[in-house]
Amino acid sequence: MTVVQFVFYLFALTLLTGGVFTVVSKSPVHSVLWLILSFLSGAGLMVLLGAEFVAMLLIIVYVGAVAVLFLFVVMMLDVDFAELRAEMASYLPLALVIALVLIMQLAMAFGTWELGGGVALHDTPVGTPEGSGAHNTAAIGLLLYDKYFILFQLAGLILLVAMIGAIVLTLRHRKDIKRQDVLAQMYRDPAKSMELKDIKPGQGLTE
Amino acid sequence: MADFLQTNLGIVVLVTAQILLFVTILFVSLAFLMYADRKVWAAVQMRKGPNVVGAFGLLQSFADFLKYVAKEIIVPAGADKPVYFLAPMISFVLALIAWAVIPFGDGWAIANLNVAILYVFAMSSLEVYGVIMGGWASNSKYPFLGSLRSAAQMISYEVSIGLIIVGVIISTGSMNFTEIVRAQDGSFGFFNWYWLPHFPMVFLFFISALAETNRPPFDLPEAESELVAGYQVEYSSTPFLLYMMGELIAIVLMCALVTLLFFGGWLSPIPGLPDGVLWMVAKMCFFFFIFAMVKAIVPRYRYDQLMRIGWKVFLPMSLGWVVIVAFLAKFEVLGGFWARWAIGG
Repeated sequence: MTVVQFVFYLFALTLLTGGVFTVVSKSPVHSVLWLILSFLSGAGLMVLLGAEFVAMLLIIVYVGAVAVLFLFVVMMLDVDFAELRAEMASYLPLALVIALVLIMQLAMAFGTWELGGGVALHDTPVGTPEGSGAHNTAAIGLLLYDKYFILFQLAGLILLVAMIGAIVLTLRHRKDIKRQDVLAQMYRDPAKSMELKDIKPGQGLTE
Repeated sequence: MADFLQTNLGIVVLVTAQILLFVTILFVSLAFLMYADRKVWAAVQMRKGPNVVGAFGLLQSFADFLKYVAKEIIVPAGADKPVYFLAPMISFVLALIAWAVIPFGDGWAIANLNVAILYVFAMSSLEVYGVIMGGWASNSKYPFLGSLRSAAQMISYEVSIGLIIVGVIISTGSMNFTEIVRAQDGSFGFFNWYWLPHFPMVFLFFISALAETNRPPFDLPEAESELVAGYQVEYSSTPFLLYMMGELIAIVLMCALVTLLFFGGWLSPIPGLPDGVLWMVAKMCFFFFIFAMVKAIVPRYRYDQLMRIGWKVFLPMSLGWVVIVAFLAKFEVLGGFWARWAIGG
């Protein structure tokens, strides 16, 4: 067993362990933490494939941002998770069917190494081609911003629309509450905001 | 011997030795940086600072270390034990492993990654987990509130740090630290470095670094007047020490990042003088001094002010700067002042 294989099996094992415990662990917060372990192992596998840029993006986007939101939501939600868990048994047959379909699809995709029309899949994972000069960050950049420029921008536009939609749906201006006016606070004159009085002992403030 | 170092085992031995050497040096310097931090703070407030343990109090940090380790570890009732102990370890380890890609001289990095800068960014974005997990696992109100604040703060400032880094990457055309520093090399020494082309962003980066590492004036998570000590309230002894050290290591890492990205890393500021590790260390010490001074002289921000600066001031400014730099680099304005890859410098 070469070092690469050893590391591959290590990451694969932690990924699967993380996945299993995401499903079976009792506390939802633990589930999210196991999920994060899976993400990190996935990033490790990407590094093994020579796709270091994708691996780092996986960590930054999924672990650094998305999973943090998961964690926030799970910590804050007032849901009885024990009750949810009790219902899991009723969903088990459906889950098994979905799992079976997925396994079948994977088997069909990777079991035979030839597709119609003479297109062959690679039988070994391919990273950055040796000696091609451009490392995969530049290669991905060229593909996204040159070849698939329009599609990439459209995808970004769709996400932007979704974001604006979410903001519009939750934004409301209430007139009946006091709001903070940051500009008014900042441009307040310090000389007018406070007045110092010299009080003589025994006389108090006469005005 | 040279043959042995080419084998798999040899590489493992070599890298382990490098890591051990580096970690030892880092820990010893941390002890004195902590001391320096307290001395600077004390000097500004016209106090003496640590002055009892050892000559001039030089051994104060070691005494503190022994004190932390020797104390009893207290676990709150109802705490989620595995997560409770995992959190400080995560904090500490993540702060430490980011150093693997930091070069101290030309080629003096433990791992010279292509995507080194993304790696550091990824590791510092993971550091938020130490905070959230610690606050949640303590099963107590103050730590939880403190951790939520702290997490929101770290996420907010990560965004602007990322965008500022993008500007530097555009100028260099590479995400490798060694390449970034080499691109700043030139015949004008100090004036070749990125602080000049990326002038406004140096300050933004520095301020964001303060917020990202929870340093004053942005130490909201441990604002002791409101939150006792934020997410660390329930921690004692060695776990607390791990949090403190993780925080300090992250601060020194930010000093290293400022040095590498904007101030030429190991390059000499005066043309003619030899480049070397000493310049890198000297620059890092200088920025640590600035960190300590900021802690001493700037009052703490209010939470809404902190969020406002992060999202409504820093984010638009750094985003706009990315667009501007992209144009300046693409059209090679001022003879490729912003496009070092174009002039081969």
